Amino acid sequence: MDELDRATRKSRSTCARERLRLIDQLQKVPTGIQGLDELTRGGLPAGRPTLVCGGPGCGKTLLAMTFLVHGAVDHAEPGLLVSFDERIEDLTVNVASLGFDLADLQRRKLLATDYVRIDRQEMHETGEYDLEALFIRLGHAVQVVGARRVVLDTIDALFAGIPNEAIVRSELRRLFDWLKDRQLSTVITAERGEGSLTRHGIEEYVSDCVILLDHRIIDDLSTRRLRVVKYRGTSHGTNEYPFLIDDQGITVVPITSTRLAHPASDETVSSGVSELDSMLGRGGYFRGSSIMLSGGPGTGKTTIAAHFADRTCGSGERCLYFAFEESPSQLARNMRSAGIDLQPWIDQGLLRVQSSRPSLGGLELHLALMLKALRDFSPTAVVFDPLSALVASGTHYQTASMAVRLADYLKSKTITALYLSLQDQEGPSGFDISSIMDTWIVIRNERSESELSRRLHIVKARGMEHSSAVRRMFITDTGVRLTDLAPGPAQAEKSGR
Amino acid sequence: MTVTEHWDLRLYVAGHTEKSVRAINNLKRICREHLEGRYSIEVIDLVEKPQLAAGDQIIALPTLVRRLPEPIKKILGDLSDQERVLVGLDVRRQT
Repeated sequence: MDELDRATRKSRSTCARERLRLIDQLQKVPTGIQGLDELTRGGLPAGRPTLVCGGPGCGKTLLAMTFLVHGAVDHAEPGLLVSFDERIEDLTVNVASLGFDLADLQRRKLLATDYVRIDRQEMHETGEYDLEALFIRLGHAVQVVGARRVVLDTIDALFAGIPNEAIVRSELRRLFDWLKDRQLSTVITAERGEGSLTRHGIEEYVSDCVILLDHRIIDDLSTRRLRVVKYRGTSHGTNEYPFLIDDQGITVVPITSTRLAHPASDETVSSGVSELDSMLGRGGYFRGSSIMLSGGPGTGKTTIAAHFADRTCGSGERCLYFAFEESPSQLARNMRSAGIDLQPWIDQGLLRVQSSRPSLGGLELHLALMLKALRDFSPTAVVFDPLSALVASGTHYQTASMAVRLADYLKSKTITALYLSLQDQEGPSGFDISSIMDTWIVIRNERSESELSRRLHIVKARGMEHSSAVRRMFITDTGVRLTDLAPGPAQAEKSGR
Repeated sequence: MTVTEHWDLRLYVAGHTEKSVRAINNLKRICREHLEGRYSIEVIDLVEKPQLAAGDQIIALPTLVRRLPEPIKKILGDLSDQERVLVGLDVRRQT
Protein backbone atom coordinates (compact mmCIF):
# COMPACT_ATOMS: atom_id res chain seq x y z
CA MET A 1 0.00 0.00 0.00
CA ASP A 2 1.47 3.40 -0.90
CA GLU A 3 1.28 6.56 1.11
CA LEU A 4 -1.57 8.06 -0.89
CA ASP A 5 -3.63 4.96 -0.49
CA ARG A 6 -3.02 4.93 3.22
CA ALA A 7 -3.94 8.59 3.56
CA THR A 8 -7.18 8.07 1.63
CA ARG A 9 -8.10 5.14 3.78
CA LYS A 10 -7.34 7.05 6.94
CA SER A 11 -9.51 10.01 5.94
CA ARG A 12 -12.31 7.66 4.96
CA SER A 13 -12.29 5.99 8.32
CA THR A 14 -12.31 9.40 10.01
CA CYS A 15 -15.42 10.32 8.03
CA ALA A 16 -17.08 7.06 8.96
CA ARG A 17 -16.34 7.66 12.61
CA GLU A 18 -17.72 11.19 12.36
CA ARG A 19 -20.93 9.86 10.85
CA LEU A 20 -21.29 7.29 13.56
CA ARG A 21 -20.97 9.96 16.19
CA LEU A 22 -23.87 11.86 14.66
CA ILE A 23 -26.04 8.78 14.41
CA ASP A 24 -25.28 7.75 17.95
CA GLN A 25 -27.40 10.36 19.64
CA LEU A 26 -29.10 7.69 21.67
CA GLN A 27 -28.50 8.14 25.38
CA LYS A 28 -26.47 5.32 26.82
CA VAL A 29 -25.37 4.09 30.19
CA PRO A 30 -21.93 2.50 30.51
CA THR A 31 -21.82 -1.01 31.92
CA GLY A 32 -18.28 -0.69 33.17
CA ILE A 33 -17.44 -3.88 31.31
CA GLN A 34 -14.24 -3.45 29.36
CA GLY A 35 -14.91 -3.95 25.69
CA LEU A 36 -18.70 -4.11 25.88
CA ASP A 37 -19.03 -0.34 26.21
CA GLU A 38 -16.73 0.03 23.24
CA LEU A 39 -18.52 -2.32 20.92
CA THR A 40 -21.89 -0.79 21.83
CA ARG A 41 -20.38 2.70 21.49
CA GLY A 42 -21.17 3.79 24.98
CA GLY A 43 -23.13 1.13 26.80
CA LEU A 44 -26.73 0.01 27.09
CA PRO A 45 -29.72 2.17 26.15
CA ALA A 46 -30.48 4.61 28.93
CA GLY A 47 -33.91 4.34 30.48
CA ARG A 48 -34.81 1.24 28.45
CA PRO A 49 -34.75 -2.49 29.00
CA THR A 50 -31.94 -4.67 27.66
CA LEU A 51 -32.31 -8.42 27.38
CA VAL A 52 -29.29 -10.56 28.18
CA CYS A 53 -29.83 -14.19 27.27
CA GLY A 54 -27.74 -17.32 27.44
CA GLY A 55 -27.52 -20.80 28.86
CA PRO A 56 -26.72 -21.74 32.44
CA GLY A 57 -23.31 -20.56 33.62
CA CYS A 58 -22.75 -18.26 30.68
CA GLY A 59 -22.20 -15.17 32.80
CA LYS A 60 -25.62 -13.48 32.54
CA THR A 61 -25.87 -12.71 36.22
CA LEU A 62 -22.32 -11.45 36.39
CA LEU A 63 -22.87 -9.12 33.46
CA ALA A 64 -26.03 -7.80 35.05
CA MET A 65 -24.38 -7.35 38.45
CA THR A 66 -21.43 -5.49 36.96
CA PHE A 67 -23.83 -3.13 35.22
CA LEU A 68 -25.63 -2.52 38.50
CA VAL A 69 -22.61 -2.10 40.75
CA HIS A 70 -20.77 0.06 38.22
CA GLY A 71 -23.76 2.39 38.07
CA ALA A 72 -23.97 2.67 41.84
CA VAL A 73 -20.25 3.07 42.49
CA ASP A 74 -19.02 5.06 39.51
CA HIS A 75 -22.02 6.94 38.20
CA ALA A 76 -24.05 7.75 41.30
CA GLU A 77 -26.92 5.73 39.87
CA PRO A 78 -28.44 3.64 42.64
CA GLY A 79 -29.61 0.22 41.60
CA LEU A 80 -32.32 -2.31 42.31
CA LEU A 81 -31.55 -5.97 42.15
CA VAL A 82 -34.51 -8.29 41.80
CA SER A 83 -33.31 -11.87 41.99
CA PHE A 84 -35.70 -14.65 41.07
CA ASP A 85 -33.11 -17.41 41.24
CA GLU A 86 -30.63 -16.87 44.00
CA ARG A 87 -31.01 -15.59 47.50
CA ILE A 88 -29.37 -12.19 47.98
CA GLU A 89 -27.01 -13.71 50.56
CA ASP A 90 -25.74 -16.24 48.03
CA LEU A 91 -25.37 -13.64 45.31
CA THR A 92 -23.48 -11.39 47.71
CA VAL A 93 -20.99 -14.18 48.36
CA ASN A 94 -20.70 -15.02 44.66
CA VAL A 95 -19.79 -11.52 43.55
CA ALA A 96 -17.58 -10.71 46.54
CA SER A 97 -14.62 -12.26 44.73
CA LEU A 98 -14.93 -9.53 42.12
CA GLY A 99 -14.66 -6.89 44.77
CA PHE A 100 -18.37 -6.15 44.78
CA ASP A 101 -19.57 -5.45 48.31
CA LEU A 102 -23.34 -5.65 48.00
CA ALA A 103 -23.92 -5.36 51.73
CA ASP A 104 -21.96 -2.13 51.87
CA LEU A 105 -23.84 -0.72 48.88
CA GLN A 106 -27.10 -1.58 50.61
CA ARG A 107 -25.99 0.20 53.77
CA ARG A 108 -25.05 3.26 51.75
CA LYS A 109 -28.50 3.22 50.09
CA LEU A 110 -26.93 2.70 46.67
CA LEU A 111 -28.54 -0.67 46.24
CA ALA A 112 -31.93 -2.13 47.02
CA THR A 113 -32.48 -5.85 46.73
CA ASP A 114 -35.50 -8.08 46.55
CA TYR A 115 -35.42 -11.83 46.37
CA VAL A 116 -38.61 -12.97 44.70
CA ARG A 117 -39.25 -16.62 45.37
CA ILE A 118 -42.13 -18.19 43.57
CA ASP A 119 -43.10 -21.68 44.66
CA ARG A 120 -45.60 -23.21 42.31
CA GLN A 121 -46.31 -26.01 44.75
CA GLU A 122 -48.04 -23.70 47.16
CA MET A 123 -50.06 -21.82 44.53
CA HIS A 124 -53.75 -22.35 43.78
CA GLU A 125 -55.70 -20.38 41.22
CA THR A 126 -59.22 -19.40 42.09
CA GLY A 127 -60.19 -16.67 39.69
CA GLU A 128 -58.88 -13.47 38.18
CA TYR A 129 -55.53 -12.08 39.23
CA ASP A 130 -52.59 -10.10 37.93
CA LEU A 131 -49.00 -9.50 39.04
CA GLU A 132 -49.66 -6.11 40.56
CA ALA A 133 -47.82 -7.06 43.74
CA LEU A 134 -44.62 -7.47 41.74
CA PHE A 135 -45.05 -3.94 40.42
CA ILE A 136 -45.72 -2.68 43.93
CA ARG A 137 -42.57 -4.36 45.21
CA LEU A 138 -40.48 -2.95 42.37
CA GLY A 139 -41.97 0.51 42.76
CA HIS A 140 -41.37 0.51 46.49
CA ALA A 141 -37.75 -0.63 46.20
CA VAL A 142 -37.02 1.82 43.38
CA GLN A 143 -38.35 4.60 45.54
CA VAL A 144 -36.40 3.64 48.66
CA VAL A 145 -32.98 4.16 47.04
CA GLY A 146 -33.98 6.32 44.08
CA ALA A 147 -32.90 3.56 41.69
CA ARG A 148 -31.88 4.48 38.14
CA ARG A 149 -30.77 1.00 37.14
CA VAL A 150 -32.63 -2.26 37.60
CA VAL A 151 -31.68 -5.89 37.16
CA LEU A 152 -34.25 -8.69 36.87
CA ASP A 153 -32.43 -12.02 37.11
CA THR A 154 -33.79 -14.32 35.59
CA ILE A 155 -37.24 -13.60 34.28
CA ASP A 156 -37.96 -17.26 33.44
CA ALA A 157 -38.85 -17.87 37.06
CA LEU A 158 -42.17 -16.13 36.43
CA PHE A 159 -43.08 -18.72 33.82
CA ALA A 160 -42.06 -21.54 36.09
CA GLY A 161 -43.89 -20.17 39.10
CA ILE A 162 -47.14 -18.69 37.82
CA PRO A 163 -49.59 -21.31 36.57
CA ASN A 164 -51.26 -19.10 33.97
CA GLU A 165 -48.86 -18.30 31.13
CA ALA A 166 -51.25 -15.89 29.45
CA ILE A 167 -51.23 -13.73 32.57
CA VAL A 168 -47.43 -13.84 32.75
CA ARG A 169 -47.17 -12.72 29.13
CA SER A 170 -49.55 -9.82 29.40
CA GLU A 171 -47.96 -8.74 32.67
CA LEU A 172 -44.47 -8.91 31.17
CA ARG A 173 -45.54 -6.54 28.45
CA ARG A 174 -46.89 -4.23 31.11
CA LEU A 175 -43.68 -4.61 33.13
CA PHE A 176 -41.45 -3.50 30.27
CA ASP A 177 -43.70 -0.50 29.64
CA TRP A 178 -43.64 0.27 33.33
CA LEU A 179 -39.82 0.26 33.35
CA LYS A 180 -39.69 2.48 30.26
CA ASP A 181 -42.21 4.94 31.69
CA ARG A 182 -39.96 5.36 34.72
CA GLN A 183 -36.88 5.59 32.48
CA LEU A 184 -35.13 2.84 34.35
CA SER A 185 -32.10 1.41 32.60
CA THR A 186 -32.81 -2.27 33.04
CA VAL A 187 -31.06 -5.53 32.38
CA ILE A 188 -33.36 -8.54 32.17
CA THR A 189 -31.72 -11.92 32.00
CA ALA A 190 -33.36 -14.95 30.42
CA GLU A 191 -32.49 -18.53 29.66
CA ARG A 192 -31.44 -19.46 26.17
CA GLY A 193 -34.00 -21.43 24.19
CA GLU A 194 -33.60 -24.12 21.60
CA GLY A 195 -33.96 -22.60 18.18
CA SER A 196 -34.85 -19.24 19.69
CA LEU A 197 -33.00 -16.64 21.68
CA THR A 198 -34.89 -17.32 24.87
CA ARG A 199 -36.86 -20.26 26.13
CA HIS A 200 -40.01 -18.20 26.61
CA GLY A 201 -39.66 -15.79 23.70
CA ILE A 202 -38.86 -12.81 25.91
CA GLU A 203 -37.08 -11.16 22.97
CA GLU A 204 -40.52 -10.42 21.59
CA TYR A 205 -41.05 -7.87 24.38
CA VAL A 206 -37.67 -6.17 24.25
CA SER A 207 -37.05 -4.19 21.13
CA ASP A 208 -34.20 -1.97 22.23
CA CYS A 209 -31.22 -4.12 22.95
CA VAL A 210 -30.60 -7.86 23.02
CA ILE A 211 -27.28 -9.42 23.98
CA LEU A 212 -26.56 -13.11 23.63
CA LEU A 213 -23.96 -14.90 25.72
CA ASP A 214 -22.58 -18.27 24.87
CA HIS A 215 -20.31 -20.74 26.59
CA ARG A 216 -18.89 -23.68 24.70
CA ILE A 217 -15.85 -25.88 24.53
CA ILE A 218 -13.68 -25.52 21.43
CA ASP A 219 -10.53 -27.62 21.12
CA ASP A 220 -10.78 -28.55 24.80
CA LEU A 221 -10.79 -24.89 25.64
CA SER A 222 -13.63 -23.23 27.43
CA THR A 223 -14.72 -20.34 25.27
CA ARG A 224 -17.15 -17.59 26.13
CA ARG A 225 -18.64 -15.41 23.46
CA LEU A 226 -20.86 -12.37 23.40
CA ARG A 227 -22.93 -11.04 20.54
CA VAL A 228 -25.07 -7.93 20.34
CA VAL A 229 -28.03 -9.36 18.47
CA LYS A 230 -30.03 -6.20 18.30
CA TYR A 231 -29.51 -2.61 19.31
CA ARG A 232 -32.11 -0.26 17.99
CA GLY A 233 -30.96 3.19 16.91
CA THR A 234 -27.27 2.56 17.18
CA SER A 235 -24.49 0.96 15.26
CA HIS A 236 -22.71 -1.83 17.04
CA GLY A 237 -20.22 -4.57 16.44
CA THR A 238 -22.11 -7.60 15.16
CA ASN A 239 -19.44 -10.25 15.46
CA GLU A 240 -19.20 -12.77 18.21
CA TYR A 241 -16.69 -11.42 20.66
CA PRO A 242 -14.87 -13.67 23.07
CA PHE A 243 -14.99 -12.62 26.66
CA LEU A 244 -13.27 -13.64 29.83
CA ILE A 245 -14.48 -14.01 33.35
CA ASP A 246 -11.80 -13.82 35.98
CA ASP A 247 -11.23 -12.21 39.34
CA GLN A 248 -11.42 -8.83 37.70
CA GLY A 249 -14.82 -9.53 36.24
CA ILE A 250 -15.85 -9.61 32.62
CA THR A 251 -13.63 -8.42 29.81
CA VAL A 252 -14.97 -8.47 26.31
CA VAL A 253 -12.49 -8.42 23.49
CA PRO A 254 -12.06 -6.05 21.60
CA ILE A 255 -10.46 -3.48 23.72
CA THR A 256 -10.42 -0.84 21.06
CA SER A 257 -9.44 2.43 22.57
CA THR A 258 -9.39 4.37 19.30
CA ARG A 259 -8.39 7.41 21.27
CA LEU A 260 -4.89 8.48 20.48
CA ALA A 261 -4.32 10.33 23.70
CA HIS A 262 -1.91 7.83 25.15
CA PRO A 263 0.49 9.34 27.62
CA ALA A 264 3.71 9.67 25.65
CA SER A 265 6.66 8.91 27.85
CA ASP A 266 9.95 10.74 27.51
CA GLU A 267 11.70 8.02 29.43
CA THR A 268 13.63 5.43 27.49
CA VAL A 269 14.37 1.81 28.28
CA SER A 270 17.42 0.00 27.04
CA SER A 271 17.03 -2.46 24.18
CA GLY A 272 19.62 -4.62 25.90
CA VAL A 273 22.02 -4.19 22.98
CA SER A 274 24.27 -1.22 23.65
CA GLU A 275 25.10 -0.58 20.00
CA LEU A 276 21.42 -0.57 19.16
CA ASP A 277 20.75 1.84 22.01
CA SER A 278 23.22 4.29 20.56
CA MET A 279 21.77 3.86 17.06
CA LEU A 280 18.35 4.77 18.42
CA GLY A 281 19.70 8.15 19.48
CA ARG A 282 18.06 8.34 22.88
CA GLY A 283 19.68 5.36 24.48
CA GLY A 284 16.88 2.92 23.89
CA TYR A 285 13.18 2.59 23.13
CA PHE A 286 10.66 5.02 24.54
CA ARG A 287 8.84 3.45 27.45
CA GLY A 288 5.38 2.39 26.39
CA SER A 289 6.16 2.57 22.69
CA SER A 290 5.58 -0.10 20.02
CA ILE A 291 8.62 -1.53 18.34
CA MET A 292 8.55 -3.81 15.35
CA LEU A 293 11.49 -5.99 14.57
CA SER A 294 11.17 -7.68 11.23
CA GLY A 295 13.35 -10.01 9.29
CA GLY A 296 13.55 -13.36 7.58
CA PRO A 297 13.99 -16.69 9.34
CA GLY A 298 17.22 -17.06 11.30
CA THR A 299 18.08 -13.38 11.30
CA GLY A 300 18.34 -13.17 15.08
CA LYS A 301 15.09 -11.46 15.97
CA THR A 302 14.55 -13.69 18.97
CA THR A 303 18.04 -12.98 20.25
CA ILE A 304 17.46 -9.22 20.17
CA ALA A 305 14.15 -9.79 21.92
CA ALA A 306 15.86 -11.93 24.54
CA HIS A 307 18.36 -9.14 25.20
CA PHE A 308 15.45 -6.82 25.79
CA ALA A 309 13.74 -9.27 28.14
CA ASP A 310 17.02 -9.86 29.97
CA ARG A 311 17.65 -6.14 30.42
CA THR A 312 14.08 -5.45 31.54
CA CYS A 313 14.28 -8.12 34.24
CA GLY A 314 17.81 -6.98 35.12
CA SER A 315 16.38 -3.62 36.11
CA GLY A 316 13.87 -5.32 38.35
CA GLU A 317 10.85 -4.99 36.04
CA ARG A 318 8.56 -7.71 34.76
CA CYS A 319 8.58 -8.90 31.18
CA LEU A 320 5.97 -11.10 29.51
CA TYR A 321 7.23 -13.09 26.55
CA PHE A 322 4.73 -14.68 24.17
CA ALA A 323 6.53 -17.44 22.34
CA PHE A 324 4.28 -18.73 19.59
CA GLU A 325 6.78 -21.10 18.05
CA GLU A 326 8.94 -22.27 20.94
CA SER A 327 8.37 -23.72 24.37
CA PRO A 328 9.76 -21.80 27.36
CA SER A 329 12.54 -24.34 27.85
CA GLN A 330 13.48 -24.26 24.17
CA LEU A 331 13.68 -20.51 24.27
CA ALA A 332 15.83 -20.51 27.42
CA ARG A 333 18.16 -23.15 25.99
CA ASN A 334 18.58 -21.43 22.61
CA MET A 335 19.32 -18.11 24.21
CA ARG A 336 21.88 -19.61 26.56
CA SER A 337 23.92 -20.46 23.49
CA ALA A 338 23.94 -16.75 22.66
CA GLY A 339 25.12 -15.94 26.16
CA ILE A 340 21.75 -14.84 27.50
CA ASP A 341 20.56 -16.71 30.57
CA LEU A 342 16.85 -16.16 31.01
CA GLN A 343 16.28 -18.94 33.52
CA PRO A 344 17.11 -16.89 36.65
CA TRP A 345 14.52 -14.30 35.67
CA ILE A 346 11.95 -17.01 35.13
CA ASP A 347 12.80 -18.48 38.53
CA GLN A 348 12.53 -15.08 40.18
CA GLY A 349 9.14 -14.50 38.62
CA LEU A 350 10.29 -11.45 36.66
CA LEU A 351 9.99 -13.18 33.31
CA ARG A 352 7.03 -15.18 32.19
CA VAL A 353 7.26 -17.06 28.94
CA GLN A 354 3.88 -18.03 27.59
CA SER A 355 3.87 -20.52 24.78
CA SER A 356 0.75 -21.39 22.89
CA ARG A 357 -0.33 -22.50 19.50
CA PRO A 358 -1.97 -19.53 17.81
CA SER A 359 -4.32 -21.77 15.85
CA LEU A 360 -5.98 -22.78 19.07
CA GLY A 361 -9.48 -21.40 19.26
CA GLY A 362 -9.00 -18.64 16.75
CA LEU A 363 -7.63 -15.18 16.73
CA GLU A 364 -10.07 -13.37 18.98
CA LEU A 365 -9.76 -15.99 21.65
CA HIS A 366 -6.03 -15.73 21.40
CA LEU A 367 -6.23 -12.01 21.92
CA ALA A 368 -8.46 -12.63 24.91
CA LEU A 369 -5.96 -15.02 26.45
CA MET A 370 -3.10 -12.63 25.84
CA LEU A 371 -5.02 -9.83 27.51
CA LYS A 372 -5.75 -12.07 30.46
CA ALA A 373 -2.04 -12.89 30.81
CA LEU A 374 -1.20 -9.19 30.59
CA ARG A 375 -3.66 -8.37 33.31
CA ASP A 376 -2.54 -11.23 35.54
CA PHE A 377 1.17 -10.53 35.26
CA SER A 378 1.13 -6.73 34.74
CA PRO A 379 4.50 -6.47 33.04
CA THR A 380 6.21 -3.25 31.95
CA ALA A 381 7.50 -4.90 28.80
CA VAL A 382 6.10 -7.51 26.47
CA VAL A 383 7.47 -9.47 23.52
CA PHE A 384 5.46 -11.15 20.75
CA ASP A 385 7.60 -13.78 19.06
CA PRO A 386 6.50 -13.58 16.35
CA LEU A 387 3.29 -11.65 15.92
CA SER A 388 3.14 -12.86 12.33
CA ALA A 389 2.46 -16.37 13.64
CA LEU A 390 -1.04 -15.20 14.50
CA VAL A 391 -1.81 -14.80 10.82
CA ALA A 392 -2.24 -18.56 10.78
CA SER A 393 -5.42 -18.26 12.82
CA GLY A 394 -7.05 -15.42 10.93
CA THR A 395 -6.95 -13.47 7.73
CA HIS A 396 -4.34 -10.75 7.19
CA TYR A 397 -6.97 -8.14 7.76
CA GLN A 398 -8.20 -9.72 11.01
CA THR A 399 -4.67 -10.11 12.28
CA ALA A 400 -3.80 -6.51 11.49
CA SER A 401 -6.95 -5.27 13.18
CA MET A 402 -6.18 -7.39 16.22
CA ALA A 403 -2.63 -6.08 16.34
CA VAL A 404 -3.89 -2.51 16.29
CA ARG A 405 -6.18 -3.22 19.20
CA LEU A 406 -3.43 -4.94 21.09
CA ALA A 407 -1.00 -2.10 20.46
CA ASP A 408 -3.61 0.42 21.58
CA TYR A 409 -4.18 -1.46 24.79
CA LEU A 410 -0.49 -1.78 25.59
CA LYS A 411 0.09 1.89 24.91
CA SER A 412 -2.74 2.87 27.18
CA LYS A 413 -0.99 0.89 29.94
CA THR A 414 2.48 2.29 29.07
CA ILE A 415 3.80 -1.20 28.41
CA THR A 416 6.77 -1.28 26.03
CA ALA A 417 5.98 -3.80 23.31
CA LEU A 418 8.37 -5.54 20.99
CA TYR A 419 6.68 -7.20 18.02
CA LEU A 420 8.74 -9.63 16.03
CA SER A 421 7.62 -10.08 12.48
CA LEU A 422 8.73 -12.77 10.12
CA GLN A 423 9.29 -11.12 6.80
CA ASP A 424 11.27 -12.59 3.99
CA GLN A 425 11.92 -9.44 2.12
CA GLU A 426 11.87 -5.81 2.97
CA GLY A 427 8.75 -3.80 2.42
CA PRO A 428 5.22 -4.35 3.58
CA SER A 429 3.77 -7.83 3.36
CA GLY A 430 0.08 -8.61 3.31
CA PHE A 431 0.06 -8.23 7.04
CA ASP A 432 1.27 -4.70 7.49
CA ILE A 433 1.09 -2.98 10.82
CA SER A 434 4.26 -0.97 10.45
CA SER A 435 2.27 2.26 10.27
CA ILE A 436 1.14 1.93 13.88
CA MET A 437 4.64 1.18 15.11
CA ASP A 438 6.76 3.88 16.70
CA THR A 439 9.99 2.16 15.87
CA TRP A 440 10.73 -0.24 13.06
CA ILE A 441 13.94 -2.17 12.89
CA VAL A 442 14.72 -4.46 9.95
CA ILE A 443 17.25 -7.27 9.82
CA ARG A 444 18.03 -8.97 6.54
CA ASN A 445 20.40 -11.58 5.31
CA GLU A 446 22.94 -10.46 2.77
CA ARG A 447 24.43 -13.08 0.55
CA SER A 448 27.79 -12.36 -1.02
CA GLU A 449 29.89 -14.81 -2.97
CA SER A 450 31.72 -16.03 0.07
CA GLU A 451 29.38 -15.61 3.01
CA LEU A 452 25.97 -14.93 4.39
CA SER A 453 25.82 -12.00 6.78
CA ARG A 454 23.21 -10.03 8.61
CA ARG A 455 22.38 -6.36 8.17
CA LEU A 456 20.38 -4.30 10.62
CA HIS A 457 18.95 -0.87 10.12
CA ILE A 458 16.37 1.37 11.67
CA VAL A 459 13.58 2.25 9.26
CA LYS A 460 11.98 4.66 11.65
CA ALA A 461 12.05 5.73 15.27
CA ARG A 462 9.42 8.33 16.03
CA GLY A 463 10.60 11.17 18.20
CA MET A 464 14.25 10.19 18.00
CA GLU A 465 17.20 11.33 15.92
CA HIS A 466 18.08 7.80 15.00
CA SER A 467 20.99 6.55 12.98
CA SER A 468 20.30 5.88 9.34
CA ALA A 469 23.32 3.63 9.01
CA VAL A 470 23.10 0.02 8.00
CA ARG A 471 25.00 -2.07 10.55
CA ARG A 472 26.44 -5.47 10.34
CA MET A 473 24.98 -7.80 12.94
CA PHE A 474 26.68 -10.74 14.60
CA ILE A 475 25.36 -13.23 17.05
CA THR A 476 28.27 -14.18 19.29
CA ASP A 477 28.30 -16.40 22.35
CA THR A 478 27.95 -13.25 24.39
CA GLY A 479 25.00 -11.99 22.43
CA VAL A 480 24.30 -9.61 19.58
CA ARG A 481 26.98 -7.21 18.34
CA LEU A 482 26.54 -4.50 15.75
CA THR A 483 29.44 -3.02 13.85
CA ASP A 484 30.03 -0.66 10.96
CA LEU A 485 29.94 -2.32 7.61
CA ALA A 486 33.66 -1.91 7.00
CA PRO A 487 35.31 -4.52 9.27
CA GLY A 488 35.16 -8.16 8.31
CA PRO A 489 33.45 -10.80 10.36
CA ALA A 490 36.59 -12.17 11.94
CA GLN A 491 37.61 -8.84 13.42
CA ALA A 492 34.12 -8.12 14.62
CA GLU A 493 33.75 -11.47 16.34
CA LYS A 494 36.91 -10.61 18.27
CA SER A 495 35.88 -7.09 19.14
CA GLY A 496 32.60 -8.46 20.26
CA ARG A 497 34.21 -10.53 23.00
CA MET B 1 -58.48 -32.64 61.73
CA THR B 2 -58.55 -31.68 65.36
CA VAL B 3 -61.32 -29.66 66.93
CA THR B 4 -58.96 -26.83 67.84
CA GLU B 5 -57.81 -26.32 64.24
CA HIS B 6 -57.80 -22.65 63.31
CA TRP B 7 -57.53 -20.92 59.91
CA ASP B 8 -55.20 -17.97 60.07
CA LEU B 9 -55.80 -16.15 56.78
CA ARG B 10 -54.25 -13.07 55.26
CA LEU B 11 -55.64 -11.49 52.13
CA TYR B 12 -53.42 -9.21 50.09
CA VAL B 13 -55.12 -6.70 47.79
CA ALA B 14 -54.22 -3.48 46.00
CA GLY B 15 -56.52 -0.56 46.72
CA HIS B 16 -60.28 -0.65 46.47
CA THR B 17 -60.54 -2.06 43.01
CA GLU B 18 -63.44 -4.14 41.90
CA LYS B 19 -61.25 -7.22 42.06
CA SER B 20 -60.13 -6.40 45.61
CA VAL B 21 -63.65 -5.88 46.85
CA ARG B 22 -64.83 -9.04 45.13
CA ALA B 23 -62.06 -11.06 46.76
CA ILE B 24 -62.80 -9.67 50.22
CA ASN B 25 -66.51 -10.39 49.93
CA ASN B 26 -65.96 -13.87 48.53
CA LEU B 27 -63.55 -14.75 51.33
CA LYS B 28 -65.82 -13.49 54.07
CA ARG B 29 -68.78 -15.40 52.69
CA ILE B 30 -66.85 -18.67 52.29
CA CYS B 31 -65.43 -18.45 55.81
CA ARG B 32 -68.83 -17.66 57.31
CA GLU B 33 -70.37 -20.63 55.56
CA HIS B 34 -67.61 -23.20 56.08
CA LEU B 35 -65.31 -22.14 58.91
CA GLU B 36 -67.63 -20.43 61.35
CA GLY B 37 -65.72 -19.66 64.56
CA ARG B 38 -62.52 -21.23 63.35
CA TYR B 39 -60.94 -18.44 61.33
CA SER B 40 -59.36 -15.01 61.42
CA ILE B 41 -58.89 -12.72 58.41
CA GLU B 42 -56.39 -9.92 58.02
CA VAL B 43 -56.70 -7.80 54.88
CA ILE B 44 -53.52 -6.03 53.77
CA ASP B 45 -53.69 -3.28 51.19
CA LEU B 46 -50.29 -3.17 49.49
CA VAL B 47 -50.96 0.26 48.04
CA GLU B 48 -50.84 1.51 51.62
CA LYS B 49 -48.15 -0.87 52.88
CA PRO B 50 -45.97 -1.89 49.95
CA GLN B 51 -43.17 -3.02 52.23
CA LEU B 52 -45.29 -5.96 53.40
CA ALA B 53 -45.33 -7.68 50.01
CA ALA B 54 -41.85 -9.16 50.27
CA GLY B 55 -42.41 -10.86 53.63
CA ASP B 56 -45.00 -13.34 52.38
CA GLN B 57 -43.44 -13.43 48.88
CA ILE B 58 -46.49 -11.92 47.23
CA ILE B 59 -46.33 -11.17 43.53
CA ALA B 60 -49.88 -11.76 42.33
CA LEU B 61 -52.98 -9.93 43.50
CA PRO B 62 -55.28 -10.71 45.06
CA THR B 63 -53.47 -13.43 47.02
CA LEU B 64 -54.91 -15.24 49.97
CA VAL B 65 -52.28 -16.71 52.26
CA ARG B 66 -53.26 -19.57 54.50
CA ARG B 67 -50.76 -19.15 57.32
CA LEU B 68 -52.40 -21.80 59.48
CA PRO B 69 -52.94 -24.66 59.36
CA GLU B 70 -49.54 -25.44 57.95
CA PRO B 71 -48.17 -25.81 55.33
CA ILE B 72 -48.50 -22.28 54.01
CA LYS B 73 -50.65 -22.06 50.92
CA LYS B 74 -51.22 -19.25 48.48
CA ILE B 75 -54.49 -18.91 46.71
CA LEU B 76 -54.38 -16.58 43.74
CA GLY B 77 -57.32 -14.72 42.30
CA ASP B 78 -60.56 -13.10 43.34
CA LEU B 79 -61.74 -16.31 45.04
CA SER B 80 -64.77 -16.53 42.75
CA ASP B 81 -64.29 -20.27 42.23
CA GLN B 82 -65.57 -21.36 45.59
CA GLU B 83 -64.85 -25.06 45.13
CA ARG B 84 -61.19 -24.37 44.38
CA VAL B 85 -60.94 -22.04 47.37
CA LEU B 86 -62.26 -24.74 49.66
CA VAL B 87 -59.80 -27.25 48.23
CA GLY B 88 -56.98 -24.73 48.53
CA LEU B 89 -57.83 -24.04 52.13
CA ASP B 90 -58.07 -27.78 52.83
CA VAL B 91 -61.58 -27.25 54.12
CA ARG B 92 -62.75 -29.77 51.63
CA ARG B 93 -60.30 -32.51 50.73
CA GLN B 94 -59.73 -33.14 47.08
CA THR B 95 -61.18 -36.49 46.06
